[in-house]
Amino acid sequence: MQPAVEFRNVSKAFGPVQANADVSFSIAKGSIHGVIGENGAGKSTLMSILYGYYHADSGQLVINGKEQQIRSSQEAIALGIGMVHQHFMLVENMTVLDNVMLGAEGAFKLSKKRRETEVKLREICARYHLDVDPLAVISDLSVGAQQRVEILKQIYRSAEILILDEPTAVLTTQEIASLFDILRLFKEQGKTIILITHKLGEIMDITDQVTVMRAGRLAGAVATIDTSKEQLANMMVGRPIEGNLPRKPYAPGAPVLQVENLQLKDANGVQLLGDIALSVRAGEIVAIAGVSGNGQSELMHILSGMRLPTSGVVSLEGKPLPFAGRSNADGLPAELRDMGIGHVPEDRLRDGVIKDFSVMQNTVFGYQERVTKGMGLFDFDAIAKRCAHLLEAFDVRPKDPNVRIGLLSGGNQQKVVIAREVSAAPKLLLVGQPTRGVDIGTIESIHTQLLRLRDEGVAILLVSTELEEVRALADRIIVMSGGRITGELPIDEFDTTRIGLLMGGMHKS
Amino acid sequence: MEDFQFASIVVSTIRNAPVLMFAAMAGLFAERSGVVDIGLEGKILASAFVSAGVAYTYQDPWLGIAAGIVASVVLALIQAFVSITQKGNQLVAGIAINIAMSGLTFVVAQYFFQQGGRTPDLGEARLASVILPGTELVADVPVLGWVYGSLIGGHSVLVYLAFALLPIVHWVLFYSRFGLRLRACGENPHAADAAGISVQRTRYTAMIIAGVLCSFSGAYLSIVQSGFFLRDMSAGAGYLALTALVFGNWRPVHTVLGCMMFGFFAAVQIQIEGVDLPVVGRIPGSLIQMIPYIVTVVVLAGLMAKSVAPKALGKPFVKSR
Amino acid sequence: MKTTELPRWASGFVLPVLNLLSALLVAALVIHLLGESPVESLQILVNSAVINPEGLSYTLFYASTFVFTGLAVSIAMKAGLFNIGAEGQMYLGGLGLTLAMLAFDATLSPWLLIPLAIVASAVFGAAWAFLPGYLQAKRGSHVVVTTIMFNFIAAGLMNFIIVKYMIPEGDQNPASRTFTDAAAIPLLSNWLPFFGESTPLNLAFILALVALVVYWVAVSRSSWGYRLQATGLNAHAAHYAGVRISRTIIIAMLISGALAGLAAVNSILGSTHYLSLNFPAGAGFIGIAIALMGRQHPVGILLSSILFGALIQGGFDLSLEKPNIPQETFIFIQGLIILFCGAMENMYAPAVLKLINATRSNNGASKG
Repeated sequence: MQPAVEFRNVSKAFGPVQANADVSFSIAKGSIHGVIGENGAGKSTLMSILYGYYHADSGQLVINGKEQQIRSSQEAIALGIGMVHQHFMLVENMTVLDNVMLGAEGAFKLSKKRRETEVKLREICARYHLDVDPLAVISDLSVGAQQRVEILKQIYRSAEILILDEPTAVLTTQEIASLFDILRLFKEQGKTIILITHKLGEIMDITDQVTVMRAGRLAGAVATIDTSKEQLANMMVGRPIEGNLPRKPYAPGAPVLQVENLQLKDANGVQLLGDIALSVRAGEIVAIAGVSGNGQSELMHILSGMRLPTSGVVSLEGKPLPFAGRSNADGLPAELRDMGIGHVPEDRLRDGVIKDFSVMQNTVFGYQERVTKGMGLFDFDAIAKRCAHLLEAFDVRPKDPNVRIGLLSGGNQQKVVIAREVSAAPKLLLVGQPTRGVDIGTIESIHTQLLRLRDEGVAILLVSTELEEVRALADRIIVMSGGRITGELPIDEFDTTRIGLLMGGMHKS
Repeated sequence: MEDFQFASIVVSTIRNAPVLMFAAMAGLFAERSGVVDIGLEGKILASAFVSAGVAYTYQDPWLGIAAGIVASVVLALIQAFVSITQKGNQLVAGIAINIAMSGLTFVVAQYFFQQGGRTPDLGEARLASVILPGTELVADVPVLGWVYGSLIGGHSVLVYLAFALLPIVHWVLFYSRFGLRLRACGENPHAADAAGISVQRTRYTAMIIAGVLCSFSGAYLSIVQSGFFLRDMSAGAGYLALTALVFGNWRPVHTVLGCMMFGFFAAVQIQIEGVDLPVVGRIPGSLIQMIPYIVTVVVLAGLMAKSVAPKALGKPFVKSR
Repeated sequence: MKTTELPRWASGFVLPVLNLLSALLVAALVIHLLGESPVESLQILVNSAVINPEGLSYTLFYASTFVFTGLAVSIAMKAGLFNIGAEGQMYLGGLGLTLAMLAFDATLSPWLLIPLAIVASAVFGAAWAFLPGYLQAKRGSHVVVTTIMFNFIAAGLMNFIIVKYMIPEGDQNPASRTFTDAAAIPLLSNWLPFFGESTPLNLAFILALVALVVYWVAVSRSSWGYRLQATGLNAHAAHYAGVRISRTIIIAMLISGALAGLAAVNSILGSTHYLSLNFPAGAGFIGIAIALMGRQHPVGILLSSILFGALIQGGFDLSLEKPNIPQETFIFIQGLIILFCGAMENMYAPAVLKLINATRSNNGASKG
């Protein structure tokens, strides 16, 4: 039987960067095919070519035996190719129905098609257990439900080849299981699923075939049965992945951070955080595990002073943080920095750096008052010296202090942020998703940095959605779900299933 | 206050509103598609001048209106090119057009008519008012006669057009394919793009529609209200229209209500001038003229309503992949 | 190796020049359509504004006003705010100055009077910018529309004040009385007779240069300027960095308004010596063009101000000789400049980049 999709010698370059180089492999019809690789390996580019966003510089795309030129997403849709993006392509203030109809409205007048589509959607939902109300407004739906809407969109357009880009990043363990059930149902119906992911466990769970991409090229194509996580990881990275990094034995000091009864309600009264109580001691790494969107980001924002809690007390070495008597958090982060709290933010480009500022300017970001001489004027000599030292010590590339930081890779930007926060010698370091968008080599060096800090007696509170990262770094693990702490365990009790259940909201028993 | 004055305020309100209504509905299309339209003022001025100038030259108001549409659409396309294709700063583009038109309309008017930057009086070449059939018959009936003859009937054609456009705009926006795509482009253009819609084409279309609608605002000012074009005669109408959009939360009916509110204040303005009010006495004209602008600031300060703009408003669309 | 980014000299100099030329090209086309020769018009303009020493001093006199309004708009832009209200702020600055003069010009010596006038104009200008700044910071009301509204409100308010309270008995002119001689700001022509006698070029020009230097130091070399720029570039990140966003926005608008108010010092004390209706005459809007054309850089602002000073001075003489090119033509040109330099500033970037890469690879090929 001919393959559903065949890539033949596909190449694509963006300026000097060769995103795909001579990629050839085929995807069997009626199978679940995994495409893995690290950030920047070229898997997203390849799938974008398949979906018509980009046009390959050379090579052919063969769909169901026929060579095709896919010049737009419309053409891809016409060929039966659908894509569920990592960041949902949904219009939040419209209904599921309108979102599905967008682009396939039928006629100028909508009313007739709306009725027909609603009927068809309910049919599809019933057949594939998708459990979505066509008349619900997107902003009222949970993240898992929104993803199902994305899938619904593709099925409605008769997609036979379904591409899913990092679908499980925002799902709980249980939601992931439901998604996989749906995918298996699709497979039974003869549909072809392409799963882009970097999670090796999922590849082993559900795929039939795996294609490994590395640095724009094909690094391996195997049947899932014939391989293992370790083998895939090797192919992905080209060398063995990080084993256990060295760390001193666990001997925490005095409590540095103490959180009691922390509550957060948003402007509409929705409870975002409830009864948060935790503590972090000097010389320990406490990791908050959980699917993103369960309150971790809000917690970090409160602890770093970017947002005020509704109620509760947070103390640093016994001193309460100055939340009381304020109507907003304007200027609060500076006060917390002065108290000794450092913050490596989750969303680097939105919060952590000014991408149009130079690297040197970013090394004082947040600490700009500490590098002035008289009259508030900068001490440029001191700043330059410090910057050169930091770039060297943290191996930032390129070592040019005057280049705009926006031009650096994600990993190097992150190194600058970490260098900056660490060099201020904080007592407590808040770290959010430290290795998001960072290549594997840098991940190791960042982990090593954090462990070194811990050994030096800094208290570290880490938020991460990557369980592997949590396992590599944490002394203690706290799990959050639905804005609450559902469980706590020391690292030697690390158990994926148990943590998964806690992430899914099953409370500590 | 005698009934007479109240009645004339109501009629005035209806006759003041269309200037803002056309402009606000123009802005509605542009902004709902994601493009900020600060350039309404410039388009109003340009179409006001061109309609009056052409109407005078050919003694034909309809030809004037047609010419005004062309002028406004040309400006809208320039704005669209800068905002959509060049992905430039939309606020700056709008302000540039407003300032450029303020100067250019005067210069061209001077060149053609040599009357100090204005166009000559249109005299007879203005639009006729619509007298409803049977107005004569009921003229003497108390209340009903006035309602039929002066409130519902007796206005210029463009007034009826403005009010007729309201249900059409509402329907197009919420019940048509074009409206669905338009709103998607304004809320989440990436979603529209992923669905195979050309965000660029949709926004250009929205800008062209805005150009057409806005031209009626200018034509109304110069042909219907005054009978000639005068330098800077829009006097901030473009900005008041934007404020009506904020007030109306970018929804057609509420926006038109906002326009009528401004129309009401303008009507009251004229009535208060020269009248001795209790306590404050006679308020000078220059202070009364400030009223709509003060109201605007009050609305924008969020003291009247919480408003939610289209999410992608003002952000040029760059394909994410 | 190909560059993907324009080098500083290209984006800081070549692009602005190309943009300016585009605007002037369109203007030349319009002048041609009005039946005049663009070349001849340019000649008249240059003669009047630059070659003639008296004209040159008028050019610099106007430029002084524009430096202040250009700085006003620039500093707000650095904070991410588009202050269209410089016109109204300058107008109110004039009121402050006038009140000080009317109260004290008979009693105080010039050494006290002039600084007092300067302070008063700055304070009043700042006060007029306060509310839009406050509303943007605290209520999210867009500063573009609120400042435009404040321009209109200023027009009405000042009209009322001048007509009701300032016109001297028996006078018809909508203006205040003329200030006493104590209020005369020193004219530069007293020290530099090259500029001809009694042209309005005055000390304010020096003040403008000082203001440019202070602006440069404050914005690029101080932590305050750093916080200001961070707020304008990425307010989320600035908040992370501990910047007090509300305060930064309000202070930026206050300073912006103060600078616009200072423009009144040059224009009133240098030339008319009384407050008249609509005396700003568009200087606030010209400030916008200057901030965009000069890319908020002190040297750019100075050069753009001189350019516009020349356009106004030359434009005035041009309108006398060529009635088809009235002074309003230069309002149109202003709009063109704002369009090309502000909204389309990167239009030529791809072409320039291609050119640079082409010449680089040619050089590389010939060497290798």
